[in-house]
Amino acid sequence: MSTVIAGKDPKKKEVIKEDAMWLQKELINRNYHEIATAHQNGRKISATFVPGNLNELLMCFDFARRLPETDALQNGLRKKSGKMILEAERDGHSEDVCTYVKTDLGMMLQGQLGPTGEPMPNPDLLLLSYTGCFTFMKWFELVRQKYNCETVMLHTPYQGDGKISPAMRKYVVDQLKDKVIPAMERISGKKFDIDLLRQYMKESVKAEEDLVRVLQTAKHRPSPIDGYFGAVYYIGPMFTAFRGVPEATKYYRVLREEVEARMRAGKGPITPEGDMAEEKYRLVVEGPPNWTSFREFWKMFYDEGAVVVASTYSKVGGVYDFGFRHDPDHPLESLADYCLGCYTNLNFPQRIDMICKYIDEYQADGLLINSIKSCNSFSAGQLLILREVEKRTGKPAAFIESDLVDPRYFSGANIKNRLESYFQMIKQKRTAAASAAAVH
Amino acid sequence: MSTEDIVKRCEQLFEDLDFNAVKQWKAAQPGRKAIGYMPIYVPREIVHAAGMLPVGVFGGGDQLEVIQGDAYYQSYICRIPRSTIELGLTGRLDCLDGMLFPSICDVIRNLSGMWQILFKDKYVKYFDVPQDYADGVGGKFYIHEMQAMRDDLGKLAGKPISDEDLNKSIAVYNENRKAVRELYAYRALKPWQAPTSEVYLVLRAGCVLPPEEHTVLIRDYISETDKVKRPQRDNARVVLNGSFCEQPPLGLIKSIEMAGCYVVDDDFQLIQSWLLDEVPVTGDPLDELSKAFLHRSAQTASKYDDKKEDKGKHLLRQVSSRGAEGVIFAMASFCDPALLERPMLQDVLTKHKIPYTAFKYAENTGQLAPIREQAGTFADSIKLWSAA
Repeated sequence: MSTVIAGKDPKKKEVIKEDAMWLQKELINRNYHEIATAHQNGRKISATFVPGNLNELLMCFDFARRLPETDALQNGLRKKSGKMILEAERDGHSEDVCTYVKTDLGMMLQGQLGPTGEPMPNPDLLLLSYTGCFTFMKWFELVRQKYNCETVMLHTPYQGDGKISPAMRKYVVDQLKDKVIPAMERISGKKFDIDLLRQYMKESVKAEEDLVRVLQTAKHRPSPIDGYFGAVYYIGPMFTAFRGVPEATKYYRVLREEVEARMRAGKGPITPEGDMAEEKYRLVVEGPPNWTSFREFWKMFYDEGAVVVASTYSKVGGVYDFGFRHDPDHPLESLADYCLGCYTNLNFPQRIDMICKYIDEYQADGLLINSIKSCNSFSAGQLLILREVEKRTGKPAAFIESDLVDPRYFSGANIKNRLESYFQMIKQKRTAAASAAAVH
Repeated sequence: MSTEDIVKRCEQLFEDLDFNAVKQWKAAQPGRKAIGYMPIYVPREIVHAAGMLPVGVFGGGDQLEVIQGDAYYQSYICRIPRSTIELGLTGRLDCLDGMLFPSICDVIRNLSGMWQILFKDKYVKYFDVPQDYADGVGGKFYIHEMQAMRDDLGKLAGKPISDEDLNKSIAVYNENRKAVRELYAYRALKPWQAPTSEVYLVLRAGCVLPPEEHTVLIRDYISETDKVKRPQRDNARVVLNGSFCEQPPLGLIKSIEMAGCYVVDDDFQLIQSWLLDEVPVTGDPLDELSKAFLHRSAQTASKYDDKKEDKGKHLLRQVSSRGAEGVIFAMASFCDPALLERPMLQDVLTKHKIPYTAFKYAENTGQLAPIREQAGTFADSIKLWSAA
């Protein structure tokens, strides 16, 4: 099912979304309202990051849950981030650093109104889940410095050797027991109940299973989903405040049914302008999307018949498609494994292996890297990824640059040119391969 | 050797991007091995205890033309990884048998994986350090990390590293750190006798010399420079902060001094003064190294501050103990840790009414006039208005 909604401005085109997307929008707006009214309702507010998000644990203490990264991206989607970034830069923050951080700080400087226009109160707990990105640490130190919130560090070691050792897992579990859970108990005034954690995790597993099924439908031709532009909606509840919530389980069941029905009907993805007509190119994308011109960016793909069949960004808040599931029988160890396994916590050989595997299993025509200025965790070294993937798969790769939420770093015309050349290159490679096959 | 000779030798070592000193050390005894490390901190004691030479790799400076390295990085990534790759791809680091990439930022972290791919025949280790400072939690993890490195290097050396070996190496580095502290104290006392452009070179020599030799060199420098009096100027005493990874060009340090500043403390070669006091040499060596790291090490942007009130403490201590009158934040462009840290440190300084100025650089910055002008204006403002 999909629904059409007319924009407020009669000149604007109608936007088409899957029903599950509307369900998700409802969840998100409700969460912002919960945050806005949390203190009035006697609840404490936590803030944490998408990679290494311990949502089930936070729910055990009834925290209203903020994720500053998604606040920033929501502000980007709503075209509010540009001014926030300038505000933060005027306040002394360097133009060189992450624009998620500056959007968050700028939002605070502008009067702490969240993306939906409701107040965004100070968090009571900054859960510094330090997974896969050094900037997170500085981000919450900056927030703490300005707003005096309590910060608890959960240091997730990096998979430098490409594996999770028992010592790494133990280190994370020890921190949960020694620091994180006691701090949550103290701040929330609630005692930790491990059985409640298990119960939430059981819900998580159901949703994780359905999310994986949804993402893997892209192996089908034509793909019924876009594994990047569409997937950012699909991963929303799972990666933010809803993993372990029954409504999220329902969302993923509805989504899976919708997507599988599309697959059976031989349909392609739903784009903001309706069903995608013909699938001409199948791509794997590495790197986060640009949010300030998200719709324009997506259009450059579906206008050309390009569908993204798999992306690494849709694994940034958890890699589920190689078998990991939260484990209610080993809840703390499972939280540790989850944090340790997030995409940007993988080393380079692991990231390259994953991309090559996607290209193979999803029968992709090539790799596109959207290199994000703000995000060194993703971006530093991506040109080597490009070379290695080309070498190993023989498939063409292309490179574009933009930013997460800084509109100054999105050059639509440049990106469009590059994409058009890339699609041309894929076409030529295909023709050459077909001619070679005909000769033999 | 005279001061001039010592400085000249250090400058030659600094400028030698072929690491000939390392090659000579290896050639002196067959079978010797050398292990490179990047900023900011690795326990060099473990490398030394394996009978190997720890070699500091701090990028290519302003004399290296980066051609291949640029092909691996976008314009918005700092310069040190691209010049380091250039050094590697042009064979200049062939003398190293392995590379250690400490936990400092996402760029160096990712470089560790790139190294694994580009230099498959070399030992490569991403060296994680804890951001949890409890002995029973972060300490245990850190000891495990060190033990893993100890095992790896033992295998590479062909014999395990004993506790005795480690304690001996800790003693060697205790002495080296003591000499570094003496040098810093001497410079703070008489900055006109030990200009930072010289002190920096003496410290950088520690990247390629065995620690025993470096310790002697530092002490020789102090004693020689003290013999010949140099003119004392009415310069502003400043602490330089933020240059802990990608290093500024030597010309930039000279420019700051020429502009009327005495640099009385800095974080250029943090590894050499990271552990703030002696590490005991009679206990379990890894346990002692861990305790020193967790409880008695310098604060820097890559290290988490447990409490808000801890922010900037080390910098304030540097300012007060060295009698500094201001702080210059000199940070590499696109250096996330330093640039994200800076606003917090600036807040702390403002609260303590300590003047500061800030600029960015790259290791190959050639336009030094604006920096000289800025540092000069800062020094003038301190001299004219601060104490008054």
